[in-house]
Amino acid sequence: MTAMILGKKLGMTRLYNEQGKIEPVTVVLAGPCTIMQIKTMDTDGYMALQLGYEDLKKSRCKKPQTGHAEKSGASVKRFVREVRLDEESQQQPGEEVTVEIFEGINYVDVTGTTKGKGYAGVMKRFGFKGMSASHGTERKHRHPGGIGSNSGSAGTGRGIRKGKKMAGHMGHANHTTRNHKIVAVDKENNLLMLRGAVAGPRNGYLVIRNSKTKV
Amino acid sequence: MVSNLIDKIEETQLKKNIPEFRIGDTVDVHVKIVEGDKQRVQIFNGTVIARKGKGINESFTVRRIVNNEGVERIFPLHSPSVANVDVKRSGFTRRSKLYFLRKRAGKAVRLREVWTDRKK
Repeated sequence: MTAMILGKKLGMTRLYNEQGKIEPVTVVLAGPCTIMQIKTMDTDGYMALQLGYEDLKKSRCKKPQTGHAEKSGASVKRFVREVRLDEESQQQPGEEVTVEIFEGINYVDVTGTTKGKGYAGVMKRFGFKGMSASHGTERKHRHPGGIGSNSGSAGTGRGIRKGKKMAGHMGHANHTTRNHKIVAVDKENNLLMLRGAVAGPRNGYLVIRNSKTKV
Repeated sequence: MVSNLIDKIEETQLKKNIPEFRIGDTVDVHVKIVEGDKQRVQIFNGTVIARKGKGINESFTVRRIVNNEGVERIFPLHSPSVANVDVKRSGFTRRSKLYFLRKRAGKAVRLREVWTDRKK
């Protein structure tokens, strides 16, 4: 079964484990989420739970959002995501999902939106080495160098291959980091302490899912 | 509110009674070492040459000379493996970081001793 919850990154700190070693952790305020809708084979063609996290101010609610939320008796949520299921859900719309679903789970995958870096060159964006600082290089120190020819020698043929790594927008994209160990769970305050860094700024929204590869 | 929650988490990790010591003190650091299932305490003796950081991130550096070779160890102040810090001598210093000791050898490493109430 997929255990999934929505949350918010609070920041990072360090905790000491039983061996007295430091564990760097990200503190995530996870849930409680409300089940907004249950999608079934009959009505939607696939099975899923729709979770909502964090209330929206009433004046900022749009009418379709209000209507959708009313069906489950929940308030309008700012961050809404789906969990795909393998079998019909036994839960009811309007029910809450809390960090308790991670009981017995040791590792999680975390999806967030990375910090936006703006329009970045190839050195920052793809780790290119740039060009020589000296040896006659003029005003091209951070350039990518050659990007292919028109002759087709490298299979490129006319023009440049699609997907060629070049300068462009960097960051503000979905990013998943896998296998974060759950160091501690605070049920009272809905907190998850996950080992390592996760994508995004403080207060950025996160999707936390049980690990795909590790138990 | 957000940072409050992190502060609270950090508070639970802090030690209640931090041993009192200063820059320039010669100290015995009692370090808990786990070998297999046995635990023992090792003592690292040396001069405190720096204290950095705040709260849970606070650490201190202890320098000693072993076989004519300078050895420095950095301890997180709040680490559970640092069982105790025992002040043996207090040295007089006007600086908060004694990095100049790294360039000194032999007798020049010594600091003028300061006698305080803490030492009876």
